[in-house]
Amino acid sequence: MVNVRPETKLEPWKDPAAEPYIRIERVTKKFGDFVAVDEVSLNIYRGEIFCLLGASGCGKTTLLRMLAGFEEPTAGRISIDGADMAGIPPYQRPVNMMFQSYALFPHMSVEQNVAFGLKQDRLPKAEIRERVAAILELVRMTGFSGRKPHQLSGGQRQRVALARSLVKQPKLLLLDEPLGALDKKLREHTQFELVNIQEKLGVTFVVVTHDQEEAMTLASRIGVMDHGKIVQVGTPSDIYEYPTSRFVADFVGSVNLFQGALVEDEPDYVRVASAELERPVYVNHGVSSPPDATVWVALRPEKIVIAREPPASLEDNCAEGVVQEIAYLGDVSVYLVKLKSGRTVRVTRPNMRRQSAAFDRITWDEQVWLSWDPSSPVVVTQ
Amino acid sequence: MSTVPRSQARRQPPVFLAELMAWIRAFGPYRWASGRLKDWGVTGRTLVIGTPYLWLVLFFLVPFIIVLKISVSDIRLGMPPYEPLLHWVEHQVVTLKINLGNYAFLFEDPLYRNAYLNSIWMAATSTFFCLLIGYPMAYGIARTSPSWRNLLLMMVMLPFWTSFLLRVYAWIGILKNNGLINNTLMALGVIDDPIVMLQTDFAVYMGIVYSYLPFMVLPLYANLEKMDLTLLEAAADLGCRPMKAFVTITLPLSIPGIVAGSMLVFIPAVGEFVIPALLGGPDSLMIGRVLWEEFFHNRDWPVASAVAIAMLVLLVGPIMILQYNQGRQAGAHR
Repeated sequence: MVNVRPETKLEPWKDPAAEPYIRIERVTKKFGDFVAVDEVSLNIYRGEIFCLLGASGCGKTTLLRMLAGFEEPTAGRISIDGADMAGIPPYQRPVNMMFQSYALFPHMSVEQNVAFGLKQDRLPKAEIRERVAAILELVRMTGFSGRKPHQLSGGQRQRVALARSLVKQPKLLLLDEPLGALDKKLREHTQFELVNIQEKLGVTFVVVTHDQEEAMTLASRIGVMDHGKIVQVGTPSDIYEYPTSRFVADFVGSVNLFQGALVEDEPDYVRVASAELERPVYVNHGVSSPPDATVWVALRPEKIVIAREPPASLEDNCAEGVVQEIAYLGDVSVYLVKLKSGRTVRVTRPNMRRQSAAFDRITWDEQVWLSWDPSSPVVVTQ
Repeated sequence: MSTVPRSQARRQPPVFLAELMAWIRAFGPYRWASGRLKDWGVTGRTLVIGTPYLWLVLFFLVPFIIVLKISVSDIRLGMPPYEPLLHWVEHQVVTLKINLGNYAFLFEDPLYRNAYLNSIWMAATSTFFCLLIGYPMAYGIARTSPSWRNLLLMMVMLPFWTSFLLRVYAWIGILKNNGLINNTLMALGVIDDPIVMLQTDFAVYMGIVYSYLPFMVLPLYANLEKMDLTLLEAAADLGCRPMKAFVTITLPLSIPGIVAGSMLVFIPAVGEFVIPALLGGPDSLMIGRVLWEEFFHNRDWPVASAVAIAMLVLLVGPIMILQYNQGRQAGAHR
């Protein structure tokens, strides 16, 4: 995963004086008895790329459609740029949306599709032509202005849809699974392109996606949704490195979760005993949890070291097991190691050397030691 | 991870069907018959495609050629009421006599020209009113909830359960001087004397619009129903109000439905005979009626056949529009 944003990025959500651009206050949406969005409160700031991440049916698209004005909240308030959006129809909102299906008008050419929004504002023809040409150049579709949507490839259609939603220079752009229909290479390429366009135009993006990789690449912040609720909001690294719940830890990336109990609970470290691990887990940061509560230790597969030799200290943060499965993925290999407790642990290891017959790598049924740094595990209580 | 896609799972025939087919294939007489047919180069494929073609040749092409033949022959008194085209003369000579006079007659007598023009005019007007009434109906049906949709479609098709002739007769009861409308209006005191509606062009328009409305509604419904509604959301999102979105998005996208519906109404309405005969007055000239009178009152088969052929030629244009439209629709969905 590559982060294309510069390191000195703005973090307006950390500034208590910053005025959020979008305020979502206790918004609920019900369809009959079904609660699609459940009391969601969220602040999104100007210039952000905010990703709503969740499995299908978690309510992320409904939330996006409420921002666009296609659905009215059952309860709660949405304001954009200080203006309450209640009762404001989509055609009067300062918002444009890029649809999952692109929703290009099939009877219009690329140029007419892109010009459609500007024509609604009754702009002079010359200006429309100029702006359409400029935006088509930005998405590199200049040569295709006369084509109809059905004469374009998936990636080209996606770029036209992006141009159409950007040409009105909205303050807020909503993107519904923008890259869902593209193949992997094209998707990666477009992700960077989207970020570049966002930086060039300074638009606020709200992106809905079920693809965590897409969210990690694009987002300044991610809101993870589950069953209509936002379960965690944070930067991609916050979400990945400091998940606050088992759901988030499991949904974003893969993780080994060990159920256990706190045996030592100090402000600057904790020690967790788990039936699935013979030795305790020592974590060098504190946890806020009631005593005797069940906790889970979340350990990312890439943060576990796999070796034939036992680690220096056998006191904690290590485990002994047998390699059961190896999956070679090219850049990394995934090892499934069965511990004595019967628990299988997932470990990934970068393939730093070329695989060859001469290379003596850890193989099936070998006895191995797993160990990790005390800063690596995360203790979650829910 | 890898679940079988539903569509693929569905393609498997049910077990009992597969067993039935296997049993039929093993059945002695079936094997004998299919073996013989295969010897003559007849496979199941040619049989399935060939049967409707044979039907069309026997009951459309052959009658057409007979009518074409009669249209270029001379009238004569007797049975059949026309001269044969081929005459056997002595010494192995055959003469072929083609009489184009019947067609020339169509151009000379203004009756036919007026009847053609009037038919086209009445069919076009009826088509226009069918569209005017049918479009909102089809739109409404396509945009209601699925359960209502089926009920409303059912109601559009329900009149077909009654004979066409009976339904046209029923309009006589509604439109005549002491019929339903006039009696109601007089009882309410709106009018003192009945309005003459039956045996006017108005009655013919009523009859045609009423009878052919389903042919307008159904293709329009099929078109509007499959329209992607996110296009309207996209239009709204780009600042387009609902009425304008209808004009700029929905209406242009429904043109194939409009063309299909209009042609399905226009083509049969041009040749309509029953409705003008039952509901129209003596002066509502439509080509179907002229045709009938030539055949059965004047007993001039050759001229009547020429009228029929001329009508067919006249309708080739609209039929080609319909075909082109359907071909284009099929192409667009590929």
